[in-house]
Amino acid sequence: MKFQLPYSGLQWSDLPFLLTGIFHTILLTVVAAAIGTVIGIILGWLRESSVVARYILAIYVDMTRSVPLIIQFILVNSVFSLAGLALDPFVVGVIVLSLYMGVLTSELVRSGLQSVRPELKKASRSLGMNYWQELFHVSGPLALRTSFPSWVGTVIALAKDTSLVGVVGYVDILRATQILINRTNEALLMLGVTGLFYFLICYPISLYSRRLERTLQ
Amino acid sequence: MIEIKNVRKSFGPIEVIKGVDLTIEKGEVLCLIGASGSGKSTLLQCINGLEPINGGQIVVDGVDVHGRKTDLNKLRQKLGIVFQQYNAFPHLTALENVALAPRIVKKASKADAMKLATEHLEYVGLSSRANMRPASLSGGQQQRLAIARALAMKPTYMLFDEVTSALDPELVGEVLDTMRKLKSAGMTMVVVTHDIAFARETGDRVAFFDRGTICEVGQSRQVINEPREERTRQFLQRVLN
Repeated sequence: MKFQLPYSGLQWSDLPFLLTGIFHTILLTVVAAAIGTVIGIILGWLRESSVVARYILAIYVDMTRSVPLIIQFILVNSVFSLAGLALDPFVVGVIVLSLYMGVLTSELVRSGLQSVRPELKKASRSLGMNYWQELFHVSGPLALRTSFPSWVGTVIALAKDTSLVGVVGYVDILRATQILINRTNEALLMLGVTGLFYFLICYPISLYSRRLERTLQ
Repeated sequence: MIEIKNVRKSFGPIEVIKGVDLTIEKGEVLCLIGASGSGKSTLLQCINGLEPINGGQIVVDGVDVHGRKTDLNKLRQKLGIVFQQYNAFPHLTALENVALAPRIVKKASKADAMKLATEHLEYVGLSSRANMRPASLSGGQQQRLAIARALAMKPTYMLFDEVTSALDPELVGEVLDTMRKLKSAGMTMVVVTHDIAFARETGDRVAFFDRGTICEVGQSRQVINEPREERTRQFLQRVLN
């Protein structure tokens, strides 16, 4: 059976294509957020605890933060291509977005750690805790409480930023939508539906974080 | 015994402790008095190794606090310290605050640590507040919590750094009572205080700090009631009037 809206070429068979796009967006968000968060925690801690690391990492941090993501996608893709390594578009997406997420998370980790009163660290050390015990049991949990809400905001922004990965050929939900618009000419309908899907991905993250935030407080 | 030998300490170009000698015997309560900025609190933090020193030596039970090979984390378990600003861990309940260090530093089991924490909260009169976060406690209660937390590590010495200075006047008494209770239990204490009456009544000896040096040290009643040094007399007159 052929399903057809008036004046559109949309078909039921387009649905799996669209669903694959949604899956790709979610997959890229989850993988980049996970890797980026790990990078960000290590980076944030390094930048907070060592002046040398802060200077060495400044180039990476400032470049990643200042250059538009879309250019980063194209640059990374091109550099690897020139080097003879044709990376899968998904891998390019993961590399760029993880590094980007890493920088943003490192800022949050840093500000979280800075928000811990130095007296609390002193009190911990005075009880015989070593550096790591203090970090894991006092500074870390306190920094987490401070940084968590902003981190969720960053993940939501990341979910939306995945839409730029289409420039290197990865068919995420927006790229899939664009392909369908080209064929069907149903820009408003398709973009409306895609916007709704982004909302359905991002809103639960936001809801869940509010609950988790309450538990943490 | 804590032996402080010709200790010097600078913050940048400013020398805040200019060669201090002092010995604290086991079981005694020594009060350090003097104007703000005279170096009392800094000396206390040097005893605990929280601040490095620039000269001299501090020896606790034969161990050089600032020695290169000294295991400071181990030594600090002997030296409980309570700060002016309470510094209770805000993300933990009162019970968890006290149980944390025994659990992770002394590797006590969770059950043992909780039992120990319960006992110490009871000692400072906070049993009914065990499951509250510090934010829900008054200043005096937070300070008693800080005392319980330090005591749970079973220290040989307790250092008190102006523990009542940040408290509302009506809350001072409960903290001082806890300290008196500790003295009667035979705890060795070094107390930095602005509370001259407490120093006179509870201290065995009093040392008067002035601009980074110890100007006078002696039996508490003698130093406070009949100071030998003119500078001590002037300070006490200023404070007591």
